[in-house]
Amino acid sequence: MKCENANHVCDKSQYKESSFLERVKLTIHLIYCSACRKYTARNKKLSNALKTSDLKTISKEDKNGLKERLHQEMTK
Amino acid sequence: MPKHQLYPETWVDKYSDYLFNFTISRVNNSEIAKDLISETFLAGLKSKDNFKGEASERTWLISILKRKIIDHYRKINSNKGKAEVRITYKDDESEGDWLEERVSDPFGKTAEDKIENEELGQAIFSCLDSLNEKQATIFKMKTIDGFDTEAICNEYNITASNLWVIIHRARKAMAECLEKNWL
Repeated sequence: MKCENANHVCDKSQYKESSFLERVKLTIHLIYCSACRKYTARNKKLSNALKTSDLKTISKEDKNGLKERLHQEMTK
Repeated sequence: MPKHQLYPETWVDKYSDYLFNFTISRVNNSEIAKDLISETFLAGLKSKDNFKGEASERTWLISILKRKIIDHYRKINSNKGKAEVRITYKDDESEGDWLEERVSDPFGKTAEDKIENEELGQAIFSCLDSLNEKQATIFKMKTIDGFDTEAICNEYNITASNLWVIIHRARKAMAECLEKNWL
């Protein structure tokens, strides 16, 4: 497995979209590749940070509503 | 020439999520939070001539929002708050004699975590600011809203591998930025 591919699998794993075989290959790759180990560690940290911060977003419809309201006021 | 300028047409895309998280941790109700944000934007628009350009757009909007939140609590306290006090203590004798009050407050323990989480949230948002807009939007959709890869690809008319490249760049930048500012 090449590093590029390993990082891709690592990214996918953060969203639980990697296959079992891919994860096995990644684990093997990580044994001998310190650069990817570093990336994987960071990537996991980022995922954890995002999880604990429990961010929420406004839905697209509500955003459009806000935009419309703002637009109305601007063109008045 | 002032350092910062206001671009109201970009406010919703750039700041609404940030303001929303700021509000939701204070009012605990997403409908009220949305109303307060809407009011904030409108108030900002109305008083945009007062903007001196010393603070960033975001800081300025937050300062308006803070006042809106305080106003909100003033409003609900004037009616509901008073009634609540009367219900809890019906007569003087039972005042302060509630078992519930002797138990330690379970929310007290998490208060610190909550503050920490909020700071983390703010760090994440300022890091999101450093991404370009497309990266930030797609990253948010994928990571925070949990949209399917396919749904995002259709919406932005990109292939799955395009998407993963964007996600990869965004994650890399975010991880670096957060490492500097938080982790």
